[in-house]
This record gives sequence, C-alpha cells and structure tokens, in this order.
Amino acid sequence: MDVDEPVCLPRLSRVAVCGGTHGNELPGVYLVRELLKLQRRASEGEEDDGEEHTSMLTVLSNPRAVQQCRRYTDTDLNRCFTLATLNGPTSDSPPYEVLRAQELNAMLGPKGGPGAVDLVCDLHSTTANMGLCFIAYSDCDWICLHIFKHLQRRMPDTPMRFIHLGISGKESYSLDSVGKHGFAMEIGPQPHGGVRSDIYAVMSAGVRHMLDWVGLFNSGAVFEGGWVDVFTLVKNIDYPRDSKTHNITAAIHSHLQDRDFCLLRPHDPVFQTFSGETLRYEGGEPLYALFINECSYYEKGIALSLARKRRLAVPGIRAQTEEEEQADERALTSEEEE
Amino acid sequence: MSEPRSQVSSLLSVCDSTTTSQPDGGGGDVKTQPHLNSEAGNFSTAAPAAFSVSTSPPSTLPGMSFHGITARLSEARRVAIFGGTHGNEMSGVALVNLWIKNSDDIQRRGVDIKPFIANPKAVEKCVRYVETDLNRAFTPENLSASGGDEFPYEVRRAQEINRMFGPKGSPDAYDVIFDLHNTTSNMGCTLILESSKDHFNLQMMNYIKKAISPASCLVLLNEHPLLKYSTCRSVAKHAVGLEVGPQPQGVLRSNIFEAMRVILKHALDFIELFNEGMEFPPCTVEVFRVNERIDYPRDANRNIIAMVHPNLQDCDWEPLNPGDPMFQTFDGKTIPYQGSCTVYPTFINEAAYYEKQQAFVTTRRETLAASSIRKA
Repeated sequence: MDVDEPVCLPRLSRVAVCGGTHGNELPGVYLVRELLKLQRRASEGEEDDGEEHTSMLTVLSNPRAVQQCRRYTDTDLNRCFTLATLNGPTSDSPPYEVLRAQELNAMLGPKGGPGAVDLVCDLHSTTANMGLCFIAYSDCDWICLHIFKHLQRRMPDTPMRFIHLGISGKESYSLDSVGKHGFAMEIGPQPHGGVRSDIYAVMSAGVRHMLDWVGLFNSGAVFEGGWVDVFTLVKNIDYPRDSKTHNITAAIHSHLQDRDFCLLRPHDPVFQTFSGETLRYEGGEPLYALFINECSYYEKGIALSLARKRRLAVPGIRAQTEEEEQADERALTSEEEE
Repeated sequence: MSEPRSQVSSLLSVCDSTTTSQPDGGGGDVKTQPHLNSEAGNFSTAAPAAFSVSTSPPSTLPGMSFHGITARLSEARRVAIFGGTHGNEMSGVALVNLWIKNSDDIQRRGVDIKPFIANPKAVEKCVRYVETDLNRAFTPENLSASGGDEFPYEVRRAQEINRMFGPKGSPDAYDVIFDLHNTTSNMGCTLILESSKDHFNLQMMNYIKKAISPASCLVLLNEHPLLKYSTCRSVAKHAVGLEVGPQPQGVLRSNIFEAMRVILKHALDFIELFNEGMEFPPCTVEVFRVNERIDYPRDANRNIIAMVHPNLQDCDWEPLNPGDPMFQTFDGKTIPYQGSCTVYPTFINEAAYYEKQQAFVTTRRETLAASSIRKA
C-alpha cells in the first residue's frame, strides 16, 4: 500500500439514516423523528444557493413495530434483507416485515444495484453495555472505517468499537447491506421501550458527525490513513437450558455482566446458575466478549458473542473529482459497448 | 438524608455472591448504572398529567399511641409468591420457576407457600401483557363480571386468580401474596405497600429492612385515592409488592435476581417467626407516599417531545427541588420541575409507563408507626 496516495472513491451523493428497524429501540426512533422535523423545516425555508447537497433520506424502517413498541410484529425485519428474501417469490400471506423489507429495498436499493443509496446508517440500541459500536460486514469498507475514525476523534469521551461480522456480502441479511456502503450504529446500555437522554445524546452526536464527515468527504477533503482496532465475531454462546422446557437455567455471571469488550480467558466465570453454581468459559482461546445479555438475543439462543481483536491498517481516502467520475463512466460505457 | 443511590448499589453488591470487579473499558461516558425495572404501576386514572393532592395526615397522629396495644392478628397460613404478573419482568419468572421445580428454599414451618406464574401467556411471549395489563385488572367490575371469551385474556385470568387465591375481600382469601416485579428505573429494592394501616405488612417490612441492613430496601406506599390501582396481589389479605431494578425488560441480571431472592427469604422468615408466636414490638417505618404522577411533555399529537433530564435519570429517591432540571427536549433545552416543594421521585423512566403517561411519580417522605403484633 502506497501510503502517500489516498484511495479514490466515488462521492456519497445519497445517504440514508434509518431508525426503528426494531420498533422498541427508541433512541433511533426519536432521532429519526427529530431529523424528519428538521428536514421539513429546512425544506420550507430553503433557498437554492446553487450548491450541490448530499441528499439525505430519513426513514422509519418498521412503523408497525414502532407503533406497537415491539422489536417486530411477525419476524425480525433486520434479518429480511438477504437477496433470497428480497427477490424471492412471496407466499400467500407473507410476514409484514418481508413486505416491508422489499419496500425498503425498492426505496433505498435495489441491493447490489447501481441505483442503491451510497450509504446506509441504521440506528440501533442494545441492553448490553457496549457504548457506541459500528457493526459492518466488511473490514475493508474504507468509507465506514473512516467515518468510525472521525467519530473517535470528535467524541473522545465515548467508548467506541468497530465490530466486523466476518460473513460474506452474499450472506448479508440486514438493512445496512442494501446501500453501497452501510453500517449499523448500535448504542447501549439502553432498556428497550425507553429512551435515556445520555444515550440519545450520543446517538445524535454520532449521526451529526457522520453527516459532517460525508460533507467533508464530498467536498474533496483528504483523510489520512491510520489504524483501527476491529473486533471480528467468531462465535456465540447460548445460555444453559433445561433439556425439557428449554428455559434458561443460569444468568450471566455478575463478574461478566456489563463488562462488554473484556477479554474472556479460559476458566473465567461466564454464568451463574439459579442454584448458585458458577459455569466457566471452556474455550481454549481468549476472546473478547460482547453483546453480553442483550435481551432480544435470548430467543436467538445468544447469551453473549465472542470476537477476536486485530489492528487494521486503513489507507488514506478521498472522493473522486467530477473528472475522475466522468472518466470512470466513460470507461464503463466503452466496456459495455465492447 | 440517607443516600438511596449508594444504598442501592451496596445492596446489589452485598447480594452478589462474589465481588464484582470494575468494568474495564465498558460503559465509560455512557452511564451504566443498573436500572431497576420499576413495577409499572398502572395509574389507571384519567386525571390530567400533573395531579396534586394534599397529603392526608400520617396514620400516626401525635396524640395516638400504639404502645400499650398489641394487635392480635391471625396466623399467615397460606402465602403465595407471584412471578410473571408482567411477562417480561424476568427475576420473578426465574425465581418462581425455580421454586416450582425445587421448593427447598421456600419451605417454612407452619406455612403453605405457593409459587405461581400469574400471566403464563405473557411469560411465554416475553411481553408485559397480551391484551391488557394484568396488574390493573383486579377491579371490582372485572372480578364480578360474568361472561366468557369476549373478555380480554387478562380479565379472565384475573377472575381465575381471584377464585384461586381470593375471593378478594373475603375471609377465604390467601393471607399474603408477594408479587415480584422488575423495573427499568434505578429503584434498588423497593417494597410496595397498599395500606398505611396494615400493621402486619409494616412489621414485615421493618423486619426485612433490618435484616438486610446496611443494604437498603425502601418502602413505597400507594394509598393515593386516584393513583392507586387494582393489583394482582390485592386479592390477598396482605398484599406485598416487591420491585427490584434497574433491569431491562426481558433481561435477567444475576445481581437483581439475588437481591430479590434475599428479600423474599427474609420475608418468609418473618412469617414463620410470626406464626410461631413471636411478638414484634412497636416500630416506625419510613415510607415514600405516592403523591403525583408526572407525564412527559407532549406535542399536539401526544408524541413525547422531551426525555428525563440527565440530572434526574437514575436518581430515584433523591430529592427533587423546585427549579431542578426535570426534562430535556430533543434539541437540548432544560425543563425544570415546577412543583411547590421538594419531592422524592421514583419510577424514573420506567419503559413500561410511557404508554401510561408517566415519566416518574413524586413521593413524600413519611414515618408510619406500627403497633406491636402477635398471632392471635
């Protein structure tokens, strides 16, 4: 990698900010509502100053679940964005969320197509003590990584981590995978169904700094390369369960509760059974624990997730100039003609 | 005045079976205090958002002394422990399921103790309720109504519970029902009392508070004529609510689970001692009496336009003075508390209460006197 030459990437002319993908994750719901209010006010008073603006779509992803203040009504919307679900035939009475996913794909996508929005930022909250996290499929999407670095610089008091899902783009299933670039912004700890002002403030600042970065990027700023610590998901651990009823028989151990991103070593306590016994980590490799006691993962069989951490080199980047974009288009057109 | 918050944390750490090490790198700037799931009181009144009633005089009047009188009360022979009255308040669900499977820890001489899942359908779906809040459903109208499937599930369930553990108000009703709840609010361990004249309950609560000291367990008294509501536990002669938090809905935290278990252990010990003839001398109990329900500021469409202010968030039981920050709008403006005197807020930011138009409830501190009691 030539550290002197920043990587040149297309400008981000369309950005989507989505909230309420899970209807009970309220900080995102309220933030989207406030952004919509601001946009309405801005468009009412807008004067055309001739500048090209990035267009921002603000989306309330799952209005029905929001109205009921539930994670989902029929099925988890944030698992409905696989290509198979988006493009596949729909059954006679498809779940609400499948239809909604297809609508969102039409609005923001189509996923994988040239018309998809440039960036999707999907807002989430978690009961786990995770601070602010970016969750992305790729560990080489320099746009997302640079936005993350920008937020780290601008919000030094907020604990921030970059989580890499480590699954291929083909298997991606979440809303943020619809855009050309995308990530989930996940903030905790926040009980579902409520909104804490401190969590809202962090989310609001995070989105604001992200949009600032997009503006800077689009105006041609060069962002220096650097390093980002990335947590790549390796596996999930379920609760111990009763073999007959499938009910959980232990809770996260008090030593581990709230210690997201601590290093879990072999024999460290993980669970405390209801009868007081300690269950310990049996794996051979020390791994970082996260999503510790996220409530909505009980039904998915996840008590906590485990990740490896590594330091990733991120190249410098800048936006393509108009000339470079046009040159690209000409090259593409002539390829097609051939 | 005492520091409820530090007492809360010390109770939760006392109840940990091992010492909890400090989080490394977790939380940081974002507050990570555990939040007590407040038992969502269902303040079923249609009264406007801020409704103030002048506090009635405490039940202990200066001229009235109980010192010479020992109240003779009947033994508490039949006791029930309800979990899952709200299906997503996990500590009670886990404890009751544990005790249904293995009742060793809840055996006491001379008492028949029944662990019971109050709302099994809600527990199965891990929701607060399926059609309507069970913990508001025990109204006289609901309990006396006849009919079948046209009633919401929880109303039919209330009638069933009333048949099994009541009838409410009759001599056949269970002696004591403990109703286990969690809250997203930072309430620590809170016992909920429905009558300032229930000396048996007052003595029990005094016993529990002393047993867990220096850890704290506060007492919330809801005797407000309009804000009181018809709870599941009100079917019994002595209704005891236990609210422990903070805990998100649908989540089970070890420390919260242990705190609830310890409180119940002492409660059952008290009953056993009482039934064996122990006399409990007169005592006083500090309570927080429900005063007023405060809703979120809302716009014309009833949407919330502000959140609990960061200065108030997690400060359950701490004094809120006139002029103190109360709410923060989404664009950062502070809305101050405009009451006329200092109050003690609780159930601050209980997630289940957004739909009940309640951001928090204010209370006033009071000292109740309980007469000496002994079994008849």
